[in-house]
Amino acid sequence: MQFLPELTLLGAGLVIFLVSLGKTDADKIKSVAICLGAAVFAATLVSFKAHGSLFYDSYKIDLYSQVFKCLIAGAMFVVLILGRKLKDIKNSVHPEYYLFLFVSVLGLMMLVSSVELLAIFVALELSSFAVYIMVPMRDDSGNYRFQMEAGIKYLLFGVTATGFMLFGMSYMFGLTGSTQLAVVMEKLSSMYNQPAAIIAIMMVLAGFFYKLALFPFHFWVPDVYEGASNETTAFIASVPKLAAVALLIRIVSMVNGEGQVIVNILMVCAVLSMFYGNLSALVQTDVKRMLGFSGIAHAGFVLLGILTFQLSGYANALYYIMGYVVMNLACFLVICSVSNNGENVQIKDLSGLHKRSPLLALSLAVALFALAGIPPFVGFMGKFMLLTGALKQGYLILVILAAINTAIAIFYYLSVVRVTFCSDPDNNSPVISGIFTNATSIILLLIIVIMGVAPQGFINFATSAVQSIM
Amino acid sequence: MDQLLINPNYPHILSTLIFLPLVGALLLLFVKNEFFARYWALGITALTAILSIPLVSAFDTSSAKFQFVEQYNWVSSLNIQYVIGVDGISILLVMLTTMIMPLCVLASWSYIKTRVQPFMICLLIMETAMLGVFMALDFVLFYILWEAMLIPMYMLIGIWGGPRKIYASIKFFLYTLAGSIMLLVAIIWLYKTNNYSFFIPDMMWQNYSLTAQIYLFLAFFLAFAIKVPMFPFHTWLPAAHVEAPTAGSVILASVLLKMGTYGFLRFALPITPEATTLLMPYVLWLSIAGIIYGGFTALAQQDMKKLIAYSSVGHMGFVTLGIFVLNIAGMEGSILQMINHGITTGALFLCVGMIYERTHSRELRSATGVGKYMPIYVTFLTFFSLSSFGFPGTNSFVGEFMILAGTFKHSIPLALAAIPGAVLAAAYMLRMLQKIVWGGTDNPDQSWLNDLNLREIITLCPFLFLVFWIGLGPQPFIDLMHISVVNLLDQFHAHQGQAVAAAELILH
Repeated sequence: MQFLPELTLLGAGLVIFLVSLGKTDADKIKSVAICLGAAVFAATLVSFKAHGSLFYDSYKIDLYSQVFKCLIAGAMFVVLILGRKLKDIKNSVHPEYYLFLFVSVLGLMMLVSSVELLAIFVALELSSFAVYIMVPMRDDSGNYRFQMEAGIKYLLFGVTATGFMLFGMSYMFGLTGSTQLAVVMEKLSSMYNQPAAIIAIMMVLAGFFYKLALFPFHFWVPDVYEGASNETTAFIASVPKLAAVALLIRIVSMVNGEGQVIVNILMVCAVLSMFYGNLSALVQTDVKRMLGFSGIAHAGFVLLGILTFQLSGYANALYYIMGYVVMNLACFLVICSVSNNGENVQIKDLSGLHKRSPLLALSLAVALFALAGIPPFVGFMGKFMLLTGALKQGYLILVILAAINTAIAIFYYLSVVRVTFCSDPDNNSPVISGIFTNATSIILLLIIVIMGVAPQGFINFATSAVQSIM
Repeated sequence: MDQLLINPNYPHILSTLIFLPLVGALLLLFVKNEFFARYWALGITALTAILSIPLVSAFDTSSAKFQFVEQYNWVSSLNIQYVIGVDGISILLVMLTTMIMPLCVLASWSYIKTRVQPFMICLLIMETAMLGVFMALDFVLFYILWEAMLIPMYMLIGIWGGPRKIYASIKFFLYTLAGSIMLLVAIIWLYKTNNYSFFIPDMMWQNYSLTAQIYLFLAFFLAFAIKVPMFPFHTWLPAAHVEAPTAGSVILASVLLKMGTYGFLRFALPITPEATTLLMPYVLWLSIAGIIYGGFTALAQQDMKKLIAYSSVGHMGFVTLGIFVLNIAGMEGSILQMINHGITTGALFLCVGMIYERTHSRELRSATGVGKYMPIYVTFLTFFSLSSFGFPGTNSFVGEFMILAGTFKHSIPLALAAIPGAVLAAAYMLRMLQKIVWGGTDNPDQSWLNDLNLREIITLCPFLFLVFWIGLGPQPFIDLMHISVVNLLDQFHAHQGQAVAAAELILH
């Protein structure tokens, strides 16, 4: 029961592996994959209340990890649905693609439960390596090799970040003589006056900064977003970020109040992330690139909650990343549907979407306004709570800088909405979206609105989840 | 919570007014019929208008408390509440909004030809947001509605607007959003300082330090001055007005601009009284600048909508002038003038829209000499133009007179500086009127024009009725607001006095 979601995922991977041995048509594989995705989601729900620890206490199952597993499985399910055509992946490698997808999610699920340094490392690498392969799997129709460049960049930056993390872990072990996270952080808490302790913590966090695309580990974002196929980008942009936030919160929550240096460093990272992301996004013409830069900015916002070192702050960060994933998936759902053969979508390709597909246009507009932080959507509530939490701690300047970023960001979101709604279509080809896609986009829309209008239930939920690790 | 008065006879009237249009908009999502959409929107807005009548009849004019209050917890972890209520300052604005919306629907009846159903949805959502802004007593509720309004308004301009709609809509959105960002920070700061409460009446009349007050005032000022718009922040207004469809222009002029001045009255004065006293002269002279600048620019316009848009800058300058002279005559005149401007300018935009629907041009030159062929139209236009520059017997005369009376009481040079604005208003309105009614020898052939139809006459009649009602018998309107204004000023002066006394104590 405790290990059920992971086992289901492993089973799903094996089933896909078996399918890949024979010659099966693409339609059947995608149905199998979606069913398996649903099964995984169901498994996370079934084992929601489970708690305990496994593998000599290096693997902890608590409400916190189960919540994240649910979110990860849910997000993966949405990615499977919106990318079920796998338009830009060669038919012959579809089974392998799904196999790596499941393995990567397995890694992420293990990551949110890991409380021991080596377990964290193994889980993180498991998830990363699968994605390293998924990125260059894009069909090279134009022979531009963008996907190879993206794959290499993702790999090299990923390996570098991992290197940082391993180095940090070695410091941690050297300073404390243990690899159990709880023990390590407990012992480190008396050493905050030593640079080695700070460096160790920051370097370990760097590994997750990379997954979350936070300054200064964001360099891979634009090219990988652009080079990977739309479905892969949808995955990279949502699911690993959930796990990264989970681990950031888990580690930071163990740093006790003395760690003002760490707060300062996180603050600098948050502000630079926001400015870098928003300013760069202003000039983008490729929708995926733009969302990539906006993701960097949003990562900065998430950090705003984490650096308060308060229970409510962690809960806000959790609420915000939940909302962010939903908003982002709603955008990618539109991108995947608009793109006919899996090519990248330029902003001008969205022109007149309101005529070609009113529902998709509406969900794109709502998702973008939500990302921009316009009420009454979840993006506003999330930002508002993060700003309130930060100001409660007295970080006035930080709050003002973050607020200014909201104003900068609106321009590029608005320019997409403008093209979608206020211009006539260049090409009149209607966007075909199946009943699955429509249903998913309506559900995502409703979540965006409900989370924004009635946030209390979600906040309570997030608070109780975070409470279980404090 | 002693500032609140629950009216047991009408327990949910305000919520009904807020949510009725929203529900109407949601239901309209499922219907794909243009014909039905028009009647549905008209029905919903008219029903809202009818339901709002008990607000006035049951309003207790002897109390400065917030009335018809409803209070529910919304987000308890942050202590955000759903509290709404109206007092003498906001009730007229609420009424103005509910009354003007059915007329906006009527004005768009044949003007909007494409995507009628989304247009009506946008109008209905606008109504919800605008009513909510005037009723909200929780700062987060206020801010959410204040910002949420940008989306439907952006759509109204950006989709159904004129040739430069993209530029205008984005400028409108960015300007307003950028302005209110610091308001958000101010709100959170107030929340933290006020024992973690967003309840607006609790934030008023607290002893914040002068430095804090100045920063708060600047944050308020930026947000509200852009919305009004005051002189150096007005550049979004002509663009938005000119490009918006008629109903959009009417909503902008009649309701949206009032939110800025309402914000000054509701937030800037009670929350930051000392900073207001300190910074008052600058605001006053900016108002004068707006009056003069708006007047001269309007005089030079060839585009009728632009002319009226710039005249709005001037008129709203009078309103801010009246607010910041901080005496009863000025402030009551200001509130009355907000309503007057909503009525008169709204009607003028409707008139321009009616010409535009016929000639497809907003150029003054192409509309010259229509008086001969559209007698009913120019009759209406004449009355509204006269009202616009404050001709005695019309509504604006009362408002401007009170504002100027208040200004004279405050400072004579200031009042003298405002006088040319009134003269300029007469100049540019009469210039427009002369050209439209008579024109010259080179009038284009207007003989093909049809005069107003019944729908258009019905649309304009309520405006004309109000022009004369307020012009000839303003007392009922002033009675509605009087106690609230007196209370606001009493508290303001008491607080100011305390502050001065405290300052003297420290100095000696």
